[in-house]
Amino acid sequence: MPRIINVLLVTSLILIPALILTSCSSESGPRQKQIPDIVDFNFHIKPILSDRCFTCHGPDANTREAGLRLDTEDGAFAALGEDKDHHAIVPGIPDSSTILDRLTTDNPDEIMPPPASNLTVTEYEVALIRRWIEQGAQWKKHWAFTKPERPEVPAINNPDWANNPIDNFVARRLQQESLQPSPEASPEVLLRRAKFDITGLPPTIEELDAFLNDESPDAYEKALDRFFASPDYGENMAIDWLDASRYADSHGYQDDLERTMWPWRDWVIKAFNENMPYDKFVKWQLAGDLLPEPSMEQLLATGFNRNHKITQEGGVIDEEYRVEYVADRTHTTGTIFLGLTMECARCHDHKYDPLTQKDYFEMFAFFNNVPEQGVIPYGDESKAPKPKIKMSVDDASRMLPFITELKDLDSLEFMIMEDMKEGRQAYILGRGQYDNHQDSVSAGTPSFLPGMTDNLPRNRLGFAEWLISPENPLTARVAVNRIWQSLFGTGIVSTPDDFGNQGALPTHPELLDWLAVEFRESGWNVQGMQKLIMMSAVYRQKSVASEEHLERDPENQLLARGPRYRLPAELIRDNALAVSGLLVKKLGGPSVKPYQPEGLWAETTSLQGLRRYVIDSGDKLYRKSLYTFWKRTLPPPAMMTFDAAARDLCSVKRQKTSTPLQALVLLNDPQIIEASRVFAEKLLKNEALEDTDKLKHAFRKITSRLPDEQETQLLHQILADNIEKFSGAEEDTKAFLAVGEATYDEDQDLPKLAALTVAVSAIFNTYEAVMKS
Amino acid sequence: MEKELLEFNCSLNRRNFLSKMSVGIGSVALASLLNPKMLLGNEKEADATSGVTGILDSPHFAPKAKRVIYLFQSGGPSHLDLFDYKPLLRERNGEELPDSVRNGQRLTGMTSGQDSFPLAGSQFDFQQHGKSGMWISDLLPYTAKIADELCVIRSMYTEAINHDPAITFFQTGSQQAGRPSIGSWLSYGLGSMNENLPGFCVLLSRGTGRPDAAQPLYSRLWGNGFLHSLHQGVQFRSGKDPVLYLKNPPGVSRTDRRQMLNSLTRLNEISHQKFGDPEIVSRIAQYEMAYRMQTSVPETMDLSSEPESIFRMYGPDSLIPGTFAANCLLARRLVERDVRFVQLYHMGWDQHENLPTQIAGQVRDVDQASAALVLDLKQRGLLEDTLVIWGGEFGRTNYSQGRLTKTNYGRDHHPRCFSIWMAGGGVKAGYTYGRTDEFGYNIAENPVHVHDFQATLLHLLGLDHEKLIFKHQGRRFRLTDVHGHVVKDILA
Repeated sequence: MPRIINVLLVTSLILIPALILTSCSSESGPRQKQIPDIVDFNFHIKPILSDRCFTCHGPDANTREAGLRLDTEDGAFAALGEDKDHHAIVPGIPDSSTILDRLTTDNPDEIMPPPASNLTVTEYEVALIRRWIEQGAQWKKHWAFTKPERPEVPAINNPDWANNPIDNFVARRLQQESLQPSPEASPEVLLRRAKFDITGLPPTIEELDAFLNDESPDAYEKALDRFFASPDYGENMAIDWLDASRYADSHGYQDDLERTMWPWRDWVIKAFNENMPYDKFVKWQLAGDLLPEPSMEQLLATGFNRNHKITQEGGVIDEEYRVEYVADRTHTTGTIFLGLTMECARCHDHKYDPLTQKDYFEMFAFFNNVPEQGVIPYGDESKAPKPKIKMSVDDASRMLPFITELKDLDSLEFMIMEDMKEGRQAYILGRGQYDNHQDSVSAGTPSFLPGMTDNLPRNRLGFAEWLISPENPLTARVAVNRIWQSLFGTGIVSTPDDFGNQGALPTHPELLDWLAVEFRESGWNVQGMQKLIMMSAVYRQKSVASEEHLERDPENQLLARGPRYRLPAELIRDNALAVSGLLVKKLGGPSVKPYQPEGLWAETTSLQGLRRYVIDSGDKLYRKSLYTFWKRTLPPPAMMTFDAAARDLCSVKRQKTSTPLQALVLLNDPQIIEASRVFAEKLLKNEALEDTDKLKHAFRKITSRLPDEQETQLLHQILADNIEKFSGAEEDTKAFLAVGEATYDEDQDLPKLAALTVAVSAIFNTYEAVMKS
Repeated sequence: MEKELLEFNCSLNRRNFLSKMSVGIGSVALASLLNPKMLLGNEKEADATSGVTGILDSPHFAPKAKRVIYLFQSGGPSHLDLFDYKPLLRERNGEELPDSVRNGQRLTGMTSGQDSFPLAGSQFDFQQHGKSGMWISDLLPYTAKIADELCVIRSMYTEAINHDPAITFFQTGSQQAGRPSIGSWLSYGLGSMNENLPGFCVLLSRGTGRPDAAQPLYSRLWGNGFLHSLHQGVQFRSGKDPVLYLKNPPGVSRTDRRQMLNSLTRLNEISHQKFGDPEIVSRIAQYEMAYRMQTSVPETMDLSSEPESIFRMYGPDSLIPGTFAANCLLARRLVERDVRFVQLYHMGWDQHENLPTQIAGQVRDVDQASAALVLDLKQRGLLEDTLVIWGGEFGRTNYSQGRLTKTNYGRDHHPRCFSIWMAGGGVKAGYTYGRTDEFGYNIAENPVHVHDFQATLLHLLGLDHEKLIFKHQGRRFRLTDVHGHVVKDILA
């Protein structure tokens, strides 16, 4: 079948059932039971086989039962054991396919999966398998393990709606579901969405007004370009990369002492601000030290692979932890760049993906040659563990000129990567244990993926080149999926850390491939890719959920509406700092210690540990949250409450929960109260504004839209209630206004200031204040 | 399977979440706000209307315990000086640990370099107590008195040899960070029985045995890992703000807060009309729960209503906020309010040196209060469905770390065997399980792995550890990983 037809066919087939597999509404009834006309292996059958069968009939030979493997074409169609007449699957002949007997028998000794596994296969799933066999049981390679080709852009009924090919792919899918896309969001909503997505900050009133008044056709594009050009962009982009790279300011185990890795963090910000192509960004971080005559900056970038935790616990066996660090690099690399759950293959062959334990340790071998210690000694904490580099202030200022603290330092020392001249022999480690050496292995890439070409050195540099080669089926897909996730809240593959057999299926497979190829062919242009997506009509839709949306697609997988989700932890606080005017915009430098409840570190930390949290004062209190000091064993509690990643391990997706503890933070965190008061004072001093206008202005600045009459009325209510409350209550007023370090003018209507502060803090607590919508 | 998949997929489904969570909305909200119990009527309904709903409609089977208080003794208490009587060590005090006993097992870096491994008999005498004649050290006079309530396991063992991985392993089932803790798993499976307090509460105290160098703790020990953050443990602290950010800012009263929340709720309701996002409804409910916590938490933490006799029972420390004894009393108050899982950590059990002096301080902190807690629960009829657990992350070596003298010795970490005890909710009382060899070094009978302990704990709460799963990164995760057997012999 010609490829294009095949693609279209797949498009028409897979979409509905793909939804079924991930649909949550158990009451969605008949839709769910409909067997598709043509059953597709990758989208219908393999998810069942992988999830319910592979544990015993999959890649891991050591746990394979009855010699049957269902993860390969040969295995699935092979005769069963000695009996040449019996086959699990006989294409076209369901009645001869014993798999169906075993899935449906009443005999508890025969039924598959066996009862002890606590797994079952539903009638619907059996019917799917039956239909697939009837239709010839066509086998396909796993979608993510074949190289993406640029698919044809599909034609759609409403071509006028589309701004770029992204829209065609999405609209095509909506047509099949008989859903209409939503209209474009209001300018305010759109600007807020775009500005948060690019810079991590809310639009100012001036920006909102200018945008509302700009009737030029490219007003939106100009706004995007302006946002991309701002240094806030690099800071905002760094947030996700710090999670993925498990960046922290402490070593992470036991006493959890301080480390200096912030110069690496600042390099990340700089790289994003320069729109460094993704291939270069990857190569420098994985192998900057192996480039010919590496620059200081290239060395600094390799700090990426040293961000893992390091123990200082007395009595630890050195090799045990050294191996742990190498494993961490292997897992992190697997997750971030390949979307593979490498860690599953450390102790045994992968249960679901064609990744052997040997593959694991061959990849491990790339990261195994570092002249490092498993346990680092206590002592002078200003010294970084080896291998490291000492950078003079001059060098540092040349490289990271925006860091103003450098003048206070003699030099900077931080961890980097280095390979020993004589490489360490790597072994397959039995059960993954550090001292259980089995066969020796040398560095190599997973055997089921296209191999490294002969010209590539078998070291991290060669590995990086292999990652970014056009033949690699995963790197570009995984990267664009994360970019998509950062804009829509969920990736086209909703499991950004797992593109394997157990991972989610792409909701829009052709779109993902189209984007992946586009990304690579654009020279791995990160900003370009973001802008492309943000220019699409899909991104620009209203995010209001209708009854029909909630009924048919509660998770918005079909994208018939725009993205709406809670802001990440950092941006919630930064929003408060920004609108109040407290935010100190300054790039980079040592991490800072904003407000944190007293005594938290001391409660859990040993005397030699990092136990004194001294709250900073002045500018350092009001830096963006990405600069907050990250102690891994006790991360900033308010940020953790809003689902920040703990940074113990690589993490490429955060939860977006709503909990009572979040309410407590927003209501009572001194930072929010202080920001409310500072903002309130500015409003109060602005005598040109009537009370109503003050309230409207505050609401608009925080949520980017004007309140309606009813909302204004409620804000008035809060103001009036509190003017009444604070009037004559001098002690309460002063106590309330004293929250936070910022001073205020005592020679003004203080009860009113306090009351306005309450009103502003109420707005910070509204749903819209913490939402990107 | 379909059910399981659906459960997994629906675990964060907003509509499902809401149908169970939305008790806090509208008129019902106000009613429950004024008197949350109004909604409840009886205990069964209390489950149905609780703040956090579990993934299971009901436990896998009838639970023996409804609540757990876990008195974690952080640092590794010496089984040889507390629960595992080894007269042979005294007889052969100072003699070299036979190679045949050590059998090449790995040691920590703290003693692997020692030239000599002199056996160190306990300096403390042991007596038999209770009807079963349970051997308990004289260091624990109060615990000895409740011997008939205890189920002591002398054959615990673990895989980790250092604190960080060993504690993380005990609390999350994995030596490496990133998995949910026991309390989070319970909250995920069973939900909360309480709509005014978190279902999983954490209390910390510092030991006086080793005040200068107690081992640290890490907030990940009560973290939710990949589970919804509603399931995370909430630390209760002594002092002004018993839960972080609980207190209104100075100058803002509870009435003020109510007034502001009323307007805020209206604002959010308008947003709901505008945007149709069900998330808003849950958000309103979360604010109401937060508001209720602002009274329920201080009320729970306020010990002033406790009679003098209770303080006498728990010992003088119970009057001092933040001590282990005060935390034991708080734990009782929390389970009385149907908090499902109360996790205490007491630091300081890491006696590498000066064990005799240090351990005396540690037991002074915990002995009376631990026993009082069991008795107090019993006298209130709570012990029968509350499980109390006492123990650390590993044991200690039978040989001395550092120099052995007539009056002094230290002990290094020992994962090969150690003792813990349980009491109440579904375990045999006055019962000793498992045995170590005469050297107190290896297990001689009925080994209990950490995963077995975890499987048994879940079993007592009515959960099949093989069925309480969460699918993450394509894999079905369990507290017990792919291991664990319920220790049936200790079940009552």
